[in-house]
Amino acid sequence: MSKLFSQENREAFSNPLNLNNPITVQVLGICSALAVTSQLKPAIVMGLSVTAITAFSNVIISLIRKTIPNRIRIIVQLVVVAALVTIVSQILKAYVYDVSVQLSVYVGLIITNCILMGRLEAFAMQNGPWPSFLDGIGNGLGYALILVLVGFVRELLGFGTLLGFQVVPQCVYDWGYVNNGMMTMPAMSLIIVGCIIWAHRSINKEEK
Amino acid sequence: MATNKYVCKICGYVHEGDSAPEKCPQCQQTDCLELVGAPAKKGLNTNSNVYTVVYAAVMVVIVAFLLAFVASALKPAQDANVARDTKNQILTSLNIVGLSGEAIDAKYGEVITKEIAKDSIWEANVDGAVKYVLAVKGRGLWGGLWGYVSVNDDKTSVFGTYFSHESETAGLGARINERWFQEQFNGKPIFDEAGNVALTVVKAGASTKETEIDGVTGATLTSKGVASMVNDGLKGYESFLKGAVEAEADTTAVATDSLTVE
Repeated sequence: MSKLFSQENREAFSNPLNLNNPITVQVLGICSALAVTSQLKPAIVMGLSVTAITAFSNVIISLIRKTIPNRIRIIVQLVVVAALVTIVSQILKAYVYDVSVQLSVYVGLIITNCILMGRLEAFAMQNGPWPSFLDGIGNGLGYALILVLVGFVRELLGFGTLLGFQVVPQCVYDWGYVNNGMMTMPAMSLIIVGCIIWAHRSINKEEK
Repeated sequence: MATNKYVCKICGYVHEGDSAPEKCPQCQQTDCLELVGAPAKKGLNTNSNVYTVVYAAVMVVIVAFLLAFVASALKPAQDANVARDTKNQILTSLNIVGLSGEAIDAKYGEVITKEIAKDSIWEANVDGAVKYVLAVKGRGLWGGLWGYVSVNDDKTSVFGTYFSHESETAGLGARINERWFQEQFNGKPIFDEAGNVALTVVKAGASTKETEIDGVTGATLTSKGVASMVNDGLKGYESFLKGAVEAEADTTAVATDSLTVE
């Protein structure tokens, strides 16, 4: 057990949560961070889906990494990811239809998510299955964390709700408060991500 | 890659590599180097052209087989889900929500009394009142929209609606399939004083007239898409809506035509 959770493996999991966060440090996956964060719920769903898919595609690529011809490795990675996502979405459609309807819009976004390709290329191609699995989970959660933060701010200020429940009381509106329509626009999530990166970098200044 | 080990039998020089050099580099004798131990297993050269092509071909075949197998094995279950979901959508447009699983099939069989035109007009009986469900199709910002509009038996006002979409933005345009948006249509008159279909979707919070509906904030184009889908859709059914009930045969033909035009 101690070997499974060695210092190195723990770092593969915990680094992407903070010091090597895929969005704030590696600046990957920005495109989907814009698309799905106008409300909290899609942000959470997207974060969890990416976590699962990154972890399992990392494991698969890591298992076959020694057989992959160097010149077509990106294509092999893409095929593995696309096949995995398609099969998972087909299974969901057959057995948990409600979930698949919820996820249908994200399937395309997951396949083309740069975090997936980035982790496959940077980590899974050089490491064994178990560290790769941890790396995938860590990066997925690091991504989910930022998505949830952005989704939280945007839904709260843009709609006055959280997860669909009204949290800004009616009396505040009666005093003249209005929801910020700008927050519902994709451009605002870039600005929020920018603010998060700024805060993150000034906190971690010494370690750079 | 593992290497072979050669030892010179004259001077004891050790050479490691894939093959022995012609001359021993130390004592300059020929044919003096001898292989020690078993020859190393030569690994596949994963960078060769042949390997790459074969690898790609095998990978494609395996993935294609997997995908085909999954798709055909799961098809019946998926079709059943889609059919049940369509029934649920029709029931939702009749303001019957919150059902799942077998209950949908049972309720559908109980409520829907007749399919007047295939996949476009249904007659329903909700708590003793006759309603008609009309299928509509349209275009949103990114992809197709569809929905069902149910009308009361006098065919002049909306009873309920259901809308869904292929690929509208999550959290913005995708909100058209939330009940608060759909319920705004309930009880709206279909025709204005001039007898034209006049339901419109306006900016959120700006609806003033009876035929106006609040749009979704941040999703103006999708909201407009819903409005024109409902309007164009209902226009297609105009003869059914305005016609007498006995002229059913004609309306069926007209309604089907209007769908094929779309």
